[in-house]
Amino acid sequence: MSGFTRKKAGAAIAAFAAIAVSLTACSGEATPSASGSAPAAAGKATGEINYWLWDNNQKPAYQQCADAFKVENPDATVKITQYAWDDYWSGVTNGFVAGTAPDVFTNHLSKYPEFVTQGQLVSLDDQLAADGVKTDIYQKGLADLWVGQDGKRYGLPKDFDTVAVFYNKKLLKDAGVAETDLANLTWNPTDGGTYEKMIAKLTVDASGKRGDEAGFDKTKVKVYGLGLDGGSGGGNGQTQWSMYSGTTGWTFTDVNPWGKHYNYDKPEFQGTIAWMRSLIEKGYAPSIEAVTGQSSADIFGASKYAMITNGSWMINQMFSYKGIETGVAPTPVGPSGKRSSMYNGLADSVWAGSKNQASAIKWVEFLGSAACQDIVGKAGAVFPAIPSGTDLAQAAFKAKGVDVTNFLVHVNDGTTFLFPITDNASQVTNIMQPAVDAVMTGKAKADSLTAANEQVNQLFAG
Amino acid sequence: MSANTIDKPTAVRRRPRSESSQTGGRSELKVALVFIAPALIGFLAFFVYPTIRGFYFSLTQYNLLGTPKFIGFDNFVKISKDPLFWNAMGVTIEYVLLNIGFQTVIALLLASLMQRLTQSTLLRGALLLPWLISNVIAAMLWFWLLDYQIGLANVAMEWIGLPKVAFFANEFWAIPTMAFVNVWRHMGYTALLIYAGMQTIPKYVYEAASIDGSSEWNSFWRMTMPLLRPVLAMILVITVTGSFQIFDTVAVTTRGGPVNVTRVMQYYIYQKAFGEGQFGYGSALAVVLFAILAILAAVQLRMLRAGESDLG
Repeated sequence: MSGFTRKKAGAAIAAFAAIAVSLTACSGEATPSASGSAPAAAGKATGEINYWLWDNNQKPAYQQCADAFKVENPDATVKITQYAWDDYWSGVTNGFVAGTAPDVFTNHLSKYPEFVTQGQLVSLDDQLAADGVKTDIYQKGLADLWVGQDGKRYGLPKDFDTVAVFYNKKLLKDAGVAETDLANLTWNPTDGGTYEKMIAKLTVDASGKRGDEAGFDKTKVKVYGLGLDGGSGGGNGQTQWSMYSGTTGWTFTDVNPWGKHYNYDKPEFQGTIAWMRSLIEKGYAPSIEAVTGQSSADIFGASKYAMITNGSWMINQMFSYKGIETGVAPTPVGPSGKRSSMYNGLADSVWAGSKNQASAIKWVEFLGSAACQDIVGKAGAVFPAIPSGTDLAQAAFKAKGVDVTNFLVHVNDGTTFLFPITDNASQVTNIMQPAVDAVMTGKAKADSLTAANEQVNQLFAG
Repeated sequence: MSANTIDKPTAVRRRPRSESSQTGGRSELKVALVFIAPALIGFLAFFVYPTIRGFYFSLTQYNLLGTPKFIGFDNFVKISKDPLFWNAMGVTIEYVLLNIGFQTVIALLLASLMQRLTQSTLLRGALLLPWLISNVIAAMLWFWLLDYQIGLANVAMEWIGLPKVAFFANEFWAIPTMAFVNVWRHMGYTALLIYAGMQTIPKYVYEAASIDGSSEWNSFWRMTMPLLRPVLAMILVITVTGSFQIFDTVAVTTRGGPVNVTRVMQYYIYQKAFGEGQFGYGSALAVVLFAILAILAAVQLRMLRAGESDLG
């Protein structure tokens, strides 16, 4: 996995601490009252506010936000701490138990439902209303993600991500493919459409034969037309297959957020996974065994993939490889006649055990304001949730020579769908990961996913 | 170690007990306690207490941030019917057999070479080098070397015309590969322990043997091995216990996948307890592993008669 895998379902498995079981011995002491609303505080923030995030690239930008916050609230000091993804969630969860969690922290959609259930987050509604903070200023849909099943708000959006196709310009040229040829590819689960034809053409074996030529040896592939991001993608396939399944009209759950029924038994989904398997069988994409645990970006950087689907949070890394010229193409148009991308948003949340809740919420309000998100946008690392910040980020990427239009096309065309938010997220992952793995390694047929789906839905039955 | 604790009772029994030594013992008790205290407090706080808590949690349904609910032996009933548990058991046992088998044989060979062929401290030191590398680094190093697409091994294999192998994730090769990585890391250390054991075998035994015309091969099987038995037993108990707890190699490479190919016991416990927050079920799994290890250690010590030496 890459250093900055913030949305991988696989990483969700490592959600909780790598601490010894003994640490739980001190549980029970600091269990704050469930989702107690903070008293509405007028005026300014005071005291020390601890703030955690996991992306080191963004720390300088947020330090600038903290400095700006200090100008407005001279009596308050924001202390920013950064931990890498795995340590981060260990730290947060341990902190909940030990009573040392940060006042405010960057939260993820795969984690927050469980935190709400456990009563670890403060609902922001009352103070947002008292302070007159609007939640309709963000890119469409992002604010709704952070409203829990109880109808209360547990976070203010900070940034979002979408998926696109990264390609290696030299490998395209070798195949005689123009970069513009990637702009209008179509896909379907039956024969893969022009998208699969392109993938075949970009695949090269050891003797120089291409995937669409006679005599292509699929056992000795030198360059795969399409890479695979670290595995099968398990139950959400964010960077592996969700951009295809999303064009078939298929949805993960009955409703989203807070679905109670998963749809892994539907033919649209199973057809998509079967198509992924067929790509591997034809030698156009690497096997699950070959990519397990791997950093797909590094393999791309070693010129082994002509194209690979990945998320916008990878932009800076994908463009950082020396001697590799990278481009970004949109994901293909599917049976629905549209493109599709999973849409995932992060937010800042306030811990229920915070001793400085009113000021902490003030800081969240500032993080969620255009003032701070414009600063983050200018840093050119992620897409801030407020449109003005998104525009600044696009300009900042452009200044670095990176055209991110094909990531934003989903937002502009309204072809995004939301990351599935349900209870039991980690258990769903642990059921679906081996099940989808099994189909993509060829050990099971796609219809075996129906049985896995029954197992998943049983989690919601009791 | 374990061998010593079994040795002790016999040793104590042999010593004549006089009145004076008993009173002397009592006055020394306070001083002794002061010296033992640091270790004892650590032992109680970090081993005994958590172990007891763990046993208790295994009888509960317990979410990390909730309160434990007593459910008796339900977790253990569930474990007996859990296909993933049996899969983890199978995978772990395969790993242990390969790991311990190869490691012990190779270490024995290395130790014999150290004893009979070279006295060079440099060479002995070099054998220990892999053991000085952290587990995580060793795993990552081999993970890159054996990578399917850009790993040195696969490039070399392709060059001589062999088919490429996804060493760490292939259904057949994944566990042998991980076993091999840890054999590589631990063989020098194990060899050193065995070598230390060989040093305790008196030289006159070999001198007598060579006078009687015993070959090197014969001496090894007829004298070195039997006389080494108590040391070997101790080493086996330690290495088998360590081997069953394989975790880091999996955690930094395949994370149990693909499918369930590398989901070893410790990783499964970690997934259940820390990934899904099911601390009760995770603790129950840990208790099962604890019981297995305790039984295995006892069986090994008994079968290898670790408490007695053939010397003397």
